[in-house]
Amino acid sequence: MSTATHSVPVPLPADDGAGRRLYWAVADCWTIVRRDLTHLVKQPSLVAWQLGFPIVSVLLFVYVFGSAMEVGEGVSYKDYAMPGMFAMTMAFGFMNTAMAVVVDKERGVTDRFRAMPMASSAVVTGRGVSDVLHAALDLAVMAAIALVVGWRPDDGLFPALAAFALLLLLRFALIWVGVLLGLLAKNQESAGNLFAVAFPFGMISSVFTPPSLMPDWLGTLAMWNPVSATANAVRDLFGNPVPGGGSWIEEHALLMAVVWPLALTAVFLPLAVRRFQRLGR
Amino acid sequence: MKPPPPTTPAAASSSYAVVAEGLRKTYGGGRGAPATHALDGLDLAVPRGTVYGLLGPNGAGKTTAVRVLTTLTRADAGHATVAGYDVGRRPRDVRRRIGLTGQHTAVDGILTARQNLRMFGRLFHLDPAHARRRADELLEAFGLAHAADQQPQHFSGGMRRRLDLASSMILAPEVLFLDEPTTGLDPRGRSEVWETVRGLTAQGTTVVLTTHYLDEADKLSDRIVVVDHGRNITEDTPAGLKRAIGGDRVEVVAAEARDLPAVRAAVARVAGSGTAPSTDEATLRVHAPVAEGVPALTDVARHLQDAGVAVADLGLRRPTLDEVFLTLTGAGTDVPQPATEAAA
Repeated sequence: MSTATHSVPVPLPADDGAGRRLYWAVADCWTIVRRDLTHLVKQPSLVAWQLGFPIVSVLLFVYVFGSAMEVGEGVSYKDYAMPGMFAMTMAFGFMNTAMAVVVDKERGVTDRFRAMPMASSAVVTGRGVSDVLHAALDLAVMAAIALVVGWRPDDGLFPALAAFALLLLLRFALIWVGVLLGLLAKNQESAGNLFAVAFPFGMISSVFTPPSLMPDWLGTLAMWNPVSATANAVRDLFGNPVPGGGSWIEEHALLMAVVWPLALTAVFLPLAVRRFQRLGR
Repeated sequence: MKPPPPTTPAAASSSYAVVAEGLRKTYGGGRGAPATHALDGLDLAVPRGTVYGLLGPNGAGKTTAVRVLTTLTRADAGHATVAGYDVGRRPRDVRRRIGLTGQHTAVDGILTARQNLRMFGRLFHLDPAHARRRADELLEAFGLAHAADQQPQHFSGGMRRRLDLASSMILAPEVLFLDEPTTGLDPRGRSEVWETVRGLTAQGTTVVLTTHYLDEADKLSDRIVVVDHGRNITEDTPAGLKRAIGGDRVEVVAAEARDLPAVRAAVARVAGSGTAPSTDEATLRVHAPVAEGVPALTDVARHLQDAGVAVADLGLRRPTLDEVFLTLTGAGTDVPQPATEAAA
């Protein structure tokens, strides 16, 4: 075997200046995003598995439990549950982020990136961009299935697009939670245990049941859950039934569907970046 | 205060590719947990163009040393330059001049081999056309051209490790760090990797190799530093290390127990001055250090023949690096084979 390395590239001239740095931060981010998108293309089954839970839930709640669910006078449970399902899928998405981060960390890929002259921010920003793109694909598939089973957004195109934007905003905010947890997790098994945290986070909310029907303390918790804010805001934008408890938080779902994700990002983005930088400690 | 980092071209072209002085790194120690001194004052000086083996048991600090030198971990104290740049202050300059193949085969299992190398090329900031060309060159050079469009998750261990090595060679690094490059490989995979590393060193790449396989350090390294408890114990060439523990020994295995006295007498006649043969009654083994191995071997054969003694085996033993290592780290006895100490 010949190991000749002809036309050996020499280290490039200094790419320091602020302009070059920004250019490479974006270019490296895009390289990482392309890697993640290639994963999606090569493993369509992965997308199918990750969508399996919400899709099965859609079918169960519409066809199995739906007839027994009474969320309000003359309200179709399908129209109530579907936007909730979208919000829940976005909320659970942080586990996919955490798993991807822990797999790269375990396999040494993160260390390889860190020992390369690339912009180190790209490891985190690339993850963020590709997870949002992945989430958009998830939403498209779910919306298509929802339309097939008879769900309809009744308020027109632009409110519907705004609703999808709010859903992606929630997913975006939770990316940093996922990155942080992925960096903290010891291995894939412990990252898998995050479902124990994610499940109540997704369920103790207005996703399947109006909080007003829950015991008081639990209902309050559910109302203030960021997932509920997004679920209720998108119900409003889709023209679907919104649970009316009359509380302040429920009256201001649209506002909170923006405030909550921004607050989560403000807290967890710096924590995730700090944790990433501290890998060298 | 610390001396200023050598960043001038003169420093970069000094005769050492890696210099480390007094590296210290402690993990844990908080909340009553015992602190682990992964590095406890490690010094290294790796001449350019050599293969430098870091040899030590698991937990000796080899991997921490590589992590510090490749900018992945910050040392608590001490100072290190790689390719002329300070690892703490100029990590980006260091990263552009090194390659790292860690204990994990850190390639993407789902991207094809070609896609992996193109991605790494882009991340080393080659333009797209150059990254494509470089990927093809490396696939050819590392004997992976036939598998270029397959996913590494279906590769053999040796192939995956070769792709990993190729990924470390995008910019033809001045210093290549190999952290236990053959751990977990079958014998065929190991020899594939060894051959690849020899090919790289023939082109003048400086290699820092960590291993706990002594035969690997012996076969590949120009110099070996023995590391234990985060400190260097000794440093020498593989041959020098073996000499340091003692020279050749003649060893004779008697055919029957009643021949042992005659065998002892024959071995005693060739033994170095002032040394008596050691005898192991259980295995019928008699051995003694000798000044010059080959003449002693022919002499002892003649003495045995003159005495009319048939033997089961006759040979010359050189200490293995295992023995050197056990001796130096104090983990073993100071006689090569504990069993041979039984009777003298």
